[in-house]
Amino acid sequence: MTDKIRLATAWLGGCSGCHMSFLDLNEHLLDLAKAAELVYSPIADLKEFPEGVDVALVEGAVANIDHVELSKKIRARSKLVVSFGDCAVTGNVTILRNRFGVDDLLTAVYHAGPGAAPRGHDPDGIIPYLLPRVLPLHQVIAVDAYVPGCPPSADRIWAAVSALLRGEKVPVEEEAITFG
Amino acid sequence: MNRPELQAMAEQELERQKKFRCRVMCCTSTACVSSGANSLYETLKPKLEKLKEDVEFVPTGCMGLCGRGPLMTVQLQGQEPVIYENVTPELALEILDKHILAHKPTPIKDKVLPNDWPFFTKQTRVVLANSGAVDPERLEDYVSRGGYSALAHALREMTPRDVCHELIDSGLRGRGGAGFPTGLKWNMVRKAAGDRKYVVANGDEGDPGAYMDRTLMESDPHRVLEGMAIAGYAVGAEQGYVYVRGEYPLAIKRLEKAIRAAERKGLLGSRVMESGFNFRIDIRIGAGAFVCGEETALMASIMGKRGQPVIRPPYPAESGLWGCPTLINNVETYGNITPIINQGAAWYSQIGTAKSKGTKIFALTGNVINSGLIEVPMGITLREIVFDIGGGMVPGRTYKAAQTGGPSGGCIPTEHLDTPVDYESLKALGSMMGSGGLIVMDNTTCMPNIAKFFMEFCMDESCGKCVPCRVGTMQMHRLLEHITNGSATEDDLKRLEELCLLVRDTSLCGLGNSSPNPILSTLRYFRHEYEAHIREHKCLAGECNITEVPVLELAEIKHKTVEVS
Amino acid sequence: MSVVTLTINDELVSAQAEQTLLEAIREQGIDLPTLCHMDGLSDKGGCRLCMVEMTNNNNRLVPACVTKVQEGQSIRTESDKLTNYRKMIIELLLSERNHICAVCVMNGHCELQNLAAHLGVNHVRYEYVVPDLPMDASHERFVQDHNRCILCMRCVRVCHEVEGAHNWDVMGRGVNSLVIADLNKPWGSSRSCTGCGKCVQVCPTGALSKKGSTVAEMVKHHDFLGWIMNGREKNIWEYR
Repeated sequence: MTDKIRLATAWLGGCSGCHMSFLDLNEHLLDLAKAAELVYSPIADLKEFPEGVDVALVEGAVANIDHVELSKKIRARSKLVVSFGDCAVTGNVTILRNRFGVDDLLTAVYHAGPGAAPRGHDPDGIIPYLLPRVLPLHQVIAVDAYVPGCPPSADRIWAAVSALLRGEKVPVEEEAITFG
Repeated sequence: MNRPELQAMAEQELERQKKFRCRVMCCTSTACVSSGANSLYETLKPKLEKLKEDVEFVPTGCMGLCGRGPLMTVQLQGQEPVIYENVTPELALEILDKHILAHKPTPIKDKVLPNDWPFFTKQTRVVLANSGAVDPERLEDYVSRGGYSALAHALREMTPRDVCHELIDSGLRGRGGAGFPTGLKWNMVRKAAGDRKYVVANGDEGDPGAYMDRTLMESDPHRVLEGMAIAGYAVGAEQGYVYVRGEYPLAIKRLEKAIRAAERKGLLGSRVMESGFNFRIDIRIGAGAFVCGEETALMASIMGKRGQPVIRPPYPAESGLWGCPTLINNVETYGNITPIINQGAAWYSQIGTAKSKGTKIFALTGNVINSGLIEVPMGITLREIVFDIGGGMVPGRTYKAAQTGGPSGGCIPTEHLDTPVDYESLKALGSMMGSGGLIVMDNTTCMPNIAKFFMEFCMDESCGKCVPCRVGTMQMHRLLEHITNGSATEDDLKRLEELCLLVRDTSLCGLGNSSPNPILSTLRYFRHEYEAHIREHKCLAGECNITEVPVLELAEIKHKTVEVS
Repeated sequence: MSVVTLTINDELVSAQAEQTLLEAIREQGIDLPTLCHMDGLSDKGGCRLCMVEMTNNNNRLVPACVTKVQEGQSIRTESDKLTNYRKMIIELLLSERNHICAVCVMNGHCELQNLAAHLGVNHVRYEYVVPDLPMDASHERFVQDHNRCILCMRCVRVCHEVEGAHNWDVMGRGVNSLVIADLNKPWGSSRSCTGCGKCVQVCPTGALSKKGSTVAEMVKHHDFLGWIMNGREKNIWEYR
């Protein structure tokens, strides 16, 4: 049990498409299960990011305070942090909201039409504050490897994850790192 | 007009000036105009109109101590001139009563600037010799002080080769900033093959705080024109352009007037001074782009194209305006030509240091007591400029640094105050001579904030042609913004330094290459100030508004944080 | 035509006197990244990716595309510094405007995207600027998207030099530069545009595209420039 690699995946400001692509690993998931234990993931329903993680795949850009807190925890508790997918690597579509002010954005989305959702900047403890600007993960915490792609293909993910399982570096060849 | 006629004009004018009992000179340069010289002029003019047989009233160019304008000089026949500071219309009337008209003339003591003041005595006025003493709109006044005699001499007594070699011997170097030997440049253009050549004066002075060229063009426009005409003769050009930035309407007006006056008298135009030499000068007005001070961009602008630099070589001396050999010099460089021709290279090369000859005009600004336009011999120390001429800091404050070379230059801290001011010494300190802006900063100035100011300037003025300058300056500005508002990390500082090197090494033109200089030099001497902003979230000078925190710290203080824009 | 000898990456090579360094380097089969350069158009020297080190002159950096070969010159096309600078330039370009590959018509065919991967740029260290830039879909067949524009000026040059229409030019300066049609008219109402589409074909990114192409559909063909140049200069009119 203890010799298995402790793997975590996290989901910040993204569409979860990278996690879907991760599930497309199909039969490789069986290989993965043999070598690694999934200790935290949006698909595993654990509340707290655990200590002593070997590899953390982080999907999505850092868009609100909760994301900042979680990224900080991930960095502190993981040996290797992998920026997983274009939103984490470049901000991608998530970052496009940066051209608007937070208030304008929330007004346009939740208040200009019907409805009166919480604005997200009252200290109600429910809705996390939005950051003034969305940031890619590496502009918030140190990142050890990058797996770009929107989403990264299952092949690309497997190449990266299997390299990490073998204790090698994530591939950085031309075909492994194109954005988009 | 030929040479004897020129001489006659000079004598006639001197004769006319002798008839007056008193000469009242009132500065009408932009600096004094902005502090109220016009109302002073309007008040005095009708009064003195009645006394016009007795008192000559002369609107002149800059007298130097711009920070205390409006300035007015009263010179009674046979006496030393007396300079008044902060002359209000009321004070002017008092001066009129007590100093000019009274039987026993008594200057208003507390408003007089002493003639033996270091501000004046430490200066050597060669290029600015006429500035503040002649009426820039009267050709006769210029001629009475030896004007156009250098051109007459060159045309009659010297070959173009002689002129170039006189300049080479004088050791004059370009006053635009880079310091290329002027004589060599002239000689290159002279030797360049081509039926048609051009002479260009670069008056697109854009550095924040610099106004040397403006003042020269406003105060002594004929000197610039004469220098250009001599250049035209030396290199074999028949057409000259003065490129003046559009923000200098007064300089443009006076140059236009001067060109017309000189043409009417045959000092410019066809058959200059009845010789076989033709030389026309036209003005080209810039449209407010700093990059047009770069010579290739300037030429593009003269030719009616978008003002963007192109890659050198070929240099303008081989292929400039419309592909013809073109001589480009700074306005101040042209201002040095007539004294060199008149008094000789040997005389000129006595002034200055071994490698930097002559004088340099500086616009001394910032936190000094006496700010203004000064002309000093090369090799003078910065300490003399700041503390003797500039009068030092405001009481209670201490000197921190002086920025030379504007946004392309660097800062010089206290420990290097005794450095001689010349091209090489300033370069060795990570700064540069530049065109002559000299901004003094005291202990209330935050150096990262100053770097940010200059970077913002470079970012706004980048033409956008090459990527490192266009995007690099913007990213450097953003990093400095983060540093000064408290949200930067150590990584940001590293990134900033890397960007400085990229932009310096890979930009297309001088604007980009030199834009990181203010950062590099403040980092060199004041790194601790950057680190204080980053590590302690503190501005040591107390100037910056620390309103942000690094993003990771938002996790702890989440209720204070996010200002909703 | 006279021949000069120079050293490229420690190899002695000869080149024709009028050639640029870039031509000489590429003739040797050496890979040198470029973005603003395009065979058949005049050179601008703006992207600064083709900078090489002059080892006979203090390792000074010069842009290969606009530097003529010289006798005795010695240059190096690869070094840690050059690699780092090239990566930084690509990163700066990616940070400047909204290059969101995932939703771009040129995804997979984009020169900027490919070059980034080729040079090993797997993340951008600089703040994304995310400017608010418009699109112009007023032309009946083409679309201009300022968000993807890298200001390489290929479109401006091909329109001026090859098509002779000069529909495109630049307004503003620095990061606020924009490529505009006529005097900042909607492209569709431009009187100078002939609708030839050359600009679209030479555009390295998704800034100019054909209408109707969806994400990843837009493929560009540069061959036409070679045909036109062969025809004009050598009188060989051959289309493949």
